[in-house]
Amino acid sequence: MAINTTLLSESTENSPDKQNNFVIALAGNPNVGKSTVFNRLTGLKQHTGNWPGKTVIKAEGTFSHRNRHYTLVDLPGTYSLHTSSSDEEVARDFICFSRPDITLVVCDATCLERNLNLVLQILEITDRVLVCVNLLDEAERKGIHVDIAMLARQLGIPAVGTAARSGRGLESLKNVLDDMLAGKIAIRPRQLVYDPELERSINKIEKRLAPYLPAWINSRWVALRVLERDFSILEHISNHKNNDFPRQVLKEEVALCLP
Amino acid sequence: MPHTLSLADIPIGASVRIAEILTPGNNRRRLLDLGLVPGARVEIIRRSPSGNPTAYLIKGAVIALRNENAAQIMVDTN
Ligand SMILES: Nc1nc2c(ncn2[C@@H]2O[C@H](COP(=O)(O)OP(=O)(O)O)[C@@H](O)[C@H]2O)c(=O)[nH]1
Ligand SMILES: [Mg+2]
Repeated sequence: MAINTTLLSESTENSPDKQNNFVIALAGNPNVGKSTVFNRLTGLKQHTGNWPGKTVIKAEGTFSHRNRHYTLVDLPGTYSLHTSSSDEEVARDFICFSRPDITLVVCDATCLERNLNLVLQILEITDRVLVCVNLLDEAERKGIHVDIAMLARQLGIPAVGTAARSGRGLESLKNVLDDMLAGKIAIRPRQLVYDPELERSINKIEKRLAPYLPAWINSRWVALRVLERDFSILEHISNHKNNDFPRQVLKEEVALCLP
Repeated sequence: MPHTLSLADIPIGASVRIAEILTPGNNRRRLLDLGLVPGARVEIIRRSPSGNPTAYLIKGAVIALRNENAAQIMVDTN
C-alpha cells in the first residue's frame, strides 16, 4: 500500500508513465489573465517546480482531464522572447529547452494585435501552440467581436475563446488540449517569411548550424537569433546538451555568414 | 521631409502616429516588441512628477518610456 501511495503522489511529475503525463507552458503578455486561467485549470493546486536552467519558475500546478495528467507551468508575462529582461529569458528558455508538450498562449481579446507579436515569436520556436483568447467578456462589453475560427485558420494552429474569471470556455480549452495530444487537430503554423536578403542569410546560417544542433531544436529559429547577434543562444544550447558542442568553432563559422 | 517631432515633445493628452524609430540595435527591437511600430497610434497618458518616465497608451496597453528613448521615436501629429 505504501508503494502505491508513493506512486500516486509522484505520478504527475516523475512518473516513467510519460504517455499519460503532459507539460503545458502558460505564456502571454502581462495582465492577460494567465494566473486566472492557471487557477481555474488547477484549482490552485500549486507547488514550486524546479525546472532545468538557472531560474526557478514560481507557479506550477496539476490537473487531469479525460484520463490525461497535466502539469501546468505559469511563465512570467512578457511582450516578447527577445531576452532583454530575465523574465523574457525564463519564458524563452522554458519554451525552447524544457520542451513543453503544448505552449498555451493566453491573449487579451480587447487588444489582440499587441498579443499576436508574442504568438508569432513562440511559433518560430515550436508549432505545438494553442492560443487562448481570454477576456472575451471585456471585449464584448467594448463591442469587440473576435472571430476565433478565422484567427485559428490564419495562424494555422488551434484557438479557443475564454472568459477565465467566470470559467467560460475552459472546458473546451481542456478538450482542445486533449484533441491536440491525440493528434486530432491538423497544425500548419503560419511561418513568417522575411525579406529575400534576410531569408538568404537565415538559410546560410541555418545550413552551417544544423549539423551541430540537437534534432529537437528549431534550427531556423537559432539562425534568426544568431542573425540578431544573440550568440548567447549557442552557449545555452551547449550548456543544455552538456557535451562536445563546438561552440567556439561554430561562432567563428557563423560569423563568416553574418552580413 | 525629415520628422522633427519626437514622442518626448508631445503634450499630455495628445495622440500621434509613429513615423520612424531612430534607436538602433537591441533597444530598437525592444521598442518594436512593445508595439512601437511605424504607423501605430500613441496617446500620451501622463508624465511622472519628475518628468521622466512618461506613460503612453500603445495598442491597448500602457507602456512607460524614459525620455531618452522617447526622444528617438519620431512622430506625425495628424
Ligand atoms: N473580466 C474578466 N477579467 C479577467 C479575466 N481573466 C482575468 N481577469 C482579471 O484580469 C486581471 C489580471 O488577471 P491575472 O490572471 O492576474 O493576469 P496575469 O498577469 O496574466 O496573470 C485580474 O483582475 C483578473 O481577475 C476574464 O476573462 N474576464
Ligand atoms: Mg500572473
